Amino acid sequence: MARAAVQRRLTWLPATVVDNRAETSRVHRLIFDVPGWQGHVPGQHLDIRLTAEDGYTAQRSYSIASPPEEPHLHLLVEQLPEGEVSPYLTEQTSPGDVLELRGPIGRFFVWSAADDPEARPVQLIAGGSGVAPFVAMLDQHRRTGSATPVRLLYSTRTLDDVLAPATLEPYATLTLTRQTPAGWQGETGRIDAALLARHTFPPDVRPRIFVCGATVFAETVATALVDAGHDSAMIRIERYGITGGL
Amino acid sequence: MPVVSRGFGRRRARPPDERLPPGQYDVGDGFPVLSAGPTPRTPPERWDFRVEGDGSELRRWSWAEFRELPRAAVMVDIHCVTTWSKFDTRWEGVAIDTLLDGVETTATHVLASCDGGYTTNVPLADLTGNKAWIVDTYDGRPLAPEHGGPARLLVPHLYFWKSAKWVRTLTLLHYDQPGFWETFGYHNYGDPWREQRYSGD
Repeated sequence: MARAAVQRRLTWLPATVVDNRAETSRVHRLIFDVPGWQGHVPGQHLDIRLTAEDGYTAQRSYSIASPPEEPHLHLLVEQLPEGEVSPYLTEQTSPGDVLELRGPIGRFFVWSAADDPEARPVQLIAGGSGVAPFVAMLDQHRRTGSATPVRLLYSTRTLDDVLAPATLEPYATLTLTRQTPAGWQGETGRIDAALLARHTFPPDVRPRIFVCGATVFAETVATALVDAGHDSAMIRIERYGITGGL
Repeated sequence: MPVVSRGFGRRRARPPDERLPPGQYDVGDGFPVLSAGPTPRTPPERWDFRVEGDGSELRRWSWAEFRELPRAAVMVDIHCVTTWSKFDTRWEGVAIDTLLDGVETTATHVLASCDGGYTTNVPLADLTGNKAWIVDTYDGRPLAPEHGGPARLLVPHLYFWKSAKWVRTLTLLHYDQPGFWETFGYHNYGDPWREQRYSGD
């Protein structure tokens, strides 16, 4: 109860767009300057609120794709064609624009390379833009020279859809699900038990496992991990998106 | 003064506003899934449901016994803290009033505990008076595991993280004990109409 009592109220902060650039054909990197940002732990997210001239507001959550050591906040925003917020963020915001955000939010799906005395192996498993929180974790791992063994298994449609390649490259095993370039020697197809066995820490080292991706991806991967013998309590999941009914 | 986002406007059809809490949007036919860990899969023969209080078991039902209890069908709107709302969701199950029938208690709060270790806290008064149910059926079909099956708590007047999936035990308490998300930064009560998303809202 004491822990809940000391939390500060999350207030909306003005955030100035520093940059908005295409990271891939579907994802933009938005960079914000947020005076008063209290800092965060890799894996946390924030809420963005847009307000129309008629007072209508919409808010959405985005994982923070930069570590707290980086002075600006980076988001990797996938443009959803039917979306209300993501097309505005990717297509209509320019440097100098101001919008509102608040955070950081969530203290469960987090891991800090800068504060990990246990140094237990960490296994990250991402589908598509679900890699965003892992970009923050791995950028911090690199910057701090962390001794924690970390691996990323990253499922993405094509090589051109890989986000933050420079940050992820030293840690990542890719599997391409839609299309492979000529001469591709790496993994292909969706993540399954065999692929997990080849490229992730085995259950006997009891890794901390973080899974982030669309609903079906997260469900499939988490089930395969449990079936492989990983302790459910070691698996943390962040998932997004919609299932079409039941 | 709010910061107006130049050129931003409503892209979704305007829903009936009196049904949509502030900051929410109508997700339509979809049904997003959120959970913090793997989906537990408890077979019916190992499932039971308990009401506990003062350190002892007050009630217990096996799956078969639970299915024999007087049932209720409800159609309610649900509101997730991640800003989607879903109108007219149809559930079937057992009212908490039915489960607590005959239980003498002066408790003020309830902690719901689930397979997988999830917990959430709700004032007892928010679970009684035909406001909450343990549901095992959604849209006429058995509740799917990723949506909380075999059975979940349904407390539709609070944000949906309070409607704990895979619930197995209700513990009656004389004090408030924050649950899982409540200790990880989310609001202790979670009223969508007062937009109580995070601690301090």
